[in-house]
Amino acid sequence: MKNNIMPAAMATLLMIALPAAAEGDYRAKAIAVIKKDFQPRGQASIDRLAEDGLQAVCNRTGNKPPEGVGRAMEADQLADVKYPADGKLMGDWKAGEKLAQSGRGFTWSDKPGLPVGGNCYNCHQISPKETSFGTIGPSLYQFLKLRGTQPDIQKYVYSKIYNAKAYNLCSDMPRFGHIGALGEKQIKDLVALLLDPESPANK
Amino acid sequence: MKQNLIGALCAIVIMGGAFAQTPKKPVAKPAAQTAPVVEAKDAATIEFEKFRAEMEDSNPAELFEMKGEEQWKTKRGPKNVALAESCDLGQGVGKIDGAYVKMPRYFADADAVMDAERRIVWCMVEKQGFKFDDIAKKPFANANFTPDITNLVTYVAGHSRNMKIAVPLKEPKVREAWEIGKEIAAYRAGPYDFSCNTCHGTDGKRIRMQNLPNLSTPAGAMKGVQGWPGYRMTGGVMLTHQWRMGDCFRQQRFPEPKYASDAVAYLLTYMIGNANGQVYKGPGIKR
Repeated sequence: MKNNIMPAAMATLLMIALPAAAEGDYRAKAIAVIKKDFQPRGQASIDRLAEDGLQAVCNRTGNKPPEGVGRAMEADQLADVKYPADGKLMGDWKAGEKLAQSGRGFTWSDKPGLPVGGNCYNCHQISPKETSFGTIGPSLYQFLKLRGTQPDIQKYVYSKIYNAKAYNLCSDMPRFGHIGALGEKQIKDLVALLLDPESPANK
Repeated sequence: MKQNLIGALCAIVIMGGAFAQTPKKPVAKPAAQTAPVVEAKDAATIEFEKFRAEMEDSNPAELFEMKGEEQWKTKRGPKNVALAESCDLGQGVGKIDGAYVKMPRYFADADAVMDAERRIVWCMVEKQGFKFDDIAKKPFANANFTPDITNLVTYVAGHSRNMKIAVPLKEPKVREAWEIGKEIAAYRAGPYDFSCNTCHGTDGKRIRMQNLPNLSTPAGAMKGVQGWPGYRMTGGVMLTHQWRMGDCFRQQRFPEPKYASDAVAYLLTYMIGNANGQVYKGPGIKR
């Protein structure tokens, strides 16, 4: 069960099982139009239009994959997370806060290069000092108090930032580590922003 | 707290002042990342709304409408023909009243579903003899340049002011465009796995303090339609609905949609079609 063949096979079965005529027709046409009508600009190359396996499953199921498929593919995503060699998962919350503020990166008007911004405040409340926060994701204010007592919480937060899809296959949140947007140091700093008792998120 | 509030208000006054004197000059942005408190932001929004209300009497969009009117009526291009005597926006040759709110629609002569901007470009190419690639090279305004097509779209849109949106969704080709547009809006891809719907598919969400309309609902779709083409106070440029679609894809981390393409027309069909029956107030002012 642990190898990657099972989820892949299940995904394939899912594709076949889905009624092609019901929604597949317009979806197929939409994909053809997208392939025809986009052009590369800046760092945004045309290969970004192709779905990877996870995106295809989420797109095909309206972001609600059948439970078995979802679980299996989440396990796949989790298996892909690379943890720091030194075993330390917490970095500097101050650097994390700075990174959380930045929404830069990967658009055709951004300069190519890493690391990019964490984009955190675009979607989440974190520090109470930052009142310009988005609401696409849940509030993370008082994260330590609300979630900190759970076992392996550092590992969970690290993994969640590295690959949000490991816990919710069709989550809105990007897979920052998986796609190489954030490196080990950046993710550690963001873990500290949520879990360091000195972080403003926990004040 | 108070300082932030005052700062925000000052910024608006400065924006207003700068705009009144030199509409083409980019306005210095207030320090973007110093996050004002919620109350201050809301106050700033209220101030902007007040300012916009005051500006409605002398809407800067009207300047572009006037230029567009002249360009619509003048014989131009290699074929030396006026759009007024050659271009059919769906209401008959040269007729523009109510044309904007009835697009996108299907045009048999082009065998395509076209939004207003795409249709006018088509007329400029087919009737006046302009080259599509020349128009598509610089299709949108910047601080120093406003393309003719922007003036023309703004002129045409102005002649649908206070009219109800009526995209002909019962027409099979338009219906299909709506269906495909809906699928494009749901398509997740790219480095961040985003689709249009990641931000615009649910009620009551924000990015930072920016409210995100849910384009699948009539009220949300209307928010996405209202005010375009719009005069953007930041930068002082007149921008079209086509431009707005491209800027969404930029933030979605996608490549760029081709100008006046099926993809943009189908998305606009989905969004504007969802706003059917609601009153369009004409070219507007955007922050």
